[in-house]
Amino acid sequence: MALTADIDPRVLRLDFPILARVGDRPPLVYLDSAATSQKPTAVLDAMDRYYVETNANVHRGVYQLAEEATARFEAARDSVARLVDAPREGTIFTKNATEAINLVAWAWGVRNLAPGDVIMVTEMEHHSGIVPWQIVAEITGARVVFAPITSDGELELDWITHTLRTEPVRMVSVVHVSNALGTINPVAEIARRAHEYDALVLVDGSQSVPHMPVRFSELGADFLAFTGHKMLGPTGIGVLVGRPEILDGMSPFLGGGEMISDVRTDGSDWAELPWKFEAGTPPIAEAVGLGVAADYLRDIGLGAVRAHERALVSYAFGALAEIDGLRIYGPQDPDRRGAPISFSLPDLHPHDIAQLVDRERVCIRAGHHCAKPLMRTLGVSATARASGYIYNDASDIDALVHALHAARSFMGS
Amino acid sequence: MAGLDDLYQQLILDHYRRPRHCGVLDHPTIAVDQHNPLCGDELHVTLRIDDDRVTEVAHTGDGCSISQASASMMSDAIVGHTTDEVLAMIEHFRRVMHREVAADEDQLGDAIALEGVAKYPVRIKCALLSWMALKDGLLTHMVNQQEGR
Repeated sequence: MALTADIDPRVLRLDFPILARVGDRPPLVYLDSAATSQKPTAVLDAMDRYYVETNANVHRGVYQLAEEATARFEAARDSVARLVDAPREGTIFTKNATEAINLVAWAWGVRNLAPGDVIMVTEMEHHSGIVPWQIVAEITGARVVFAPITSDGELELDWITHTLRTEPVRMVSVVHVSNALGTINPVAEIARRAHEYDALVLVDGSQSVPHMPVRFSELGADFLAFTGHKMLGPTGIGVLVGRPEILDGMSPFLGGGEMISDVRTDGSDWAELPWKFEAGTPPIAEAVGLGVAADYLRDIGLGAVRAHERALVSYAFGALAEIDGLRIYGPQDPDRRGAPISFSLPDLHPHDIAQLVDRERVCIRAGHHCAKPLMRTLGVSATARASGYIYNDASDIDALVHALHAARSFMGS
Repeated sequence: MAGLDDLYQQLILDHYRRPRHCGVLDHPTIAVDQHNPLCGDELHVTLRIDDDRVTEVAHTGDGCSISQASASMMSDAIVGHTTDEVLAMIEHFRRVMHREVAADEDQLGDAIALEGVAKYPVRIKCALLSWMALKDGLLTHMVNQQEGR
């Protein structure tokens, strides 16, 4: 049954052939979209069609086919920019969100940070929002500080403000929605405070852009990183959105073809935005696929996606409460959290939980979710995580609950 | 259900529920920590060696049923053996996990029940955790012995 008026997962599922894989009895219950989403036929077809009908290198050939390929590639950029309301010249294709963050860390961080400068990240950051800054800190002599979280899994905003006021913070790198806790962080408010103290703000939108309306124009951040494969698109393509005036002042990250306007033996000049940051032949078919995914999400409406997932989380909280001892991490209020639900059972290790529910064809994640500092703060080595999307409904949650009961009785606990 | 019976055999569940040699030895000959970066499992193994023979072993840590059961089975298997014999057992177990040889019960004892784990690539590291900790500890110990420390 549909949880909201605008999204009926039973209908949307028809767009996702993998969810009806032949031979899956019972059918697949896919609850790991925070790791990667499934892909609709429209995306797969567009990528196929690109290779069958349009394949040529972009921004090079003068023949018609090459122009068609370039047009498809740049139209994909428009689709992505439209989805997050970003300027097209500030919408840069990368390999994934990790590369997008590394781009800022290297192209901005290495050249602008000085010994003693402070880079603020948070305790709930994905490793991709921590490690690039640690590397850059080692090179520049800057320091990385971690904004702490409350027992409810929310950021300590007072600590952030205090640190901005008292320390030379130059960059605040913060996740929009935590992949491990589900927390929705008030990134616009954090950006406002950071800008008061002249710090730049990078928002990791990997878990927000696929799931809720995110408008770069209203976010107030300087950079927004996200990845294609978590938003119905293919792997191998991600996006960095940046304010053009800041990107203009930055030197390139990777050098090579495509990103230059002139190359001489005594030096080179850079191409215009956004191509300055896109060295080499880009993942063209992947960009085309991501563009179609962005259009698909716009057609459904990200407001509707958010409402559906809020209802799904709310239903899951009720259903999971029936399992003795089950603990859910992060905010308990569905209004304050996105789709990922991290949980643990006192008697079963997360690894065993994930392995045992797979007997019922329920796919969930177990582990540290690439957030080891957070796991240490929570005092656990790992959690189990169920994360839904547009193709999941209450029946998937029921299947999870059933599988958890079955796991418990199997282990005889 | 059928598929997972290989992984979660009764003997494994038994060692998981009632792990043998749990704890930490006072004044051990060898103490070693090992963690699995993939899942965050942590393990602490202590060992007493008298006259080149393992006389006592204890393990403690935080891990899934496979890593806990494996540590318990390994502890059972190695007590009374010389360090060279234990190293051979570790190598045999590693090869069993990588499906290079069939498991030999004389070498592995109850740990032979872990043979089915080899079919679950992600869980092999769980089963190997305690054995690799032991190998680390033994090799360090042997180097120290040779150098007369």
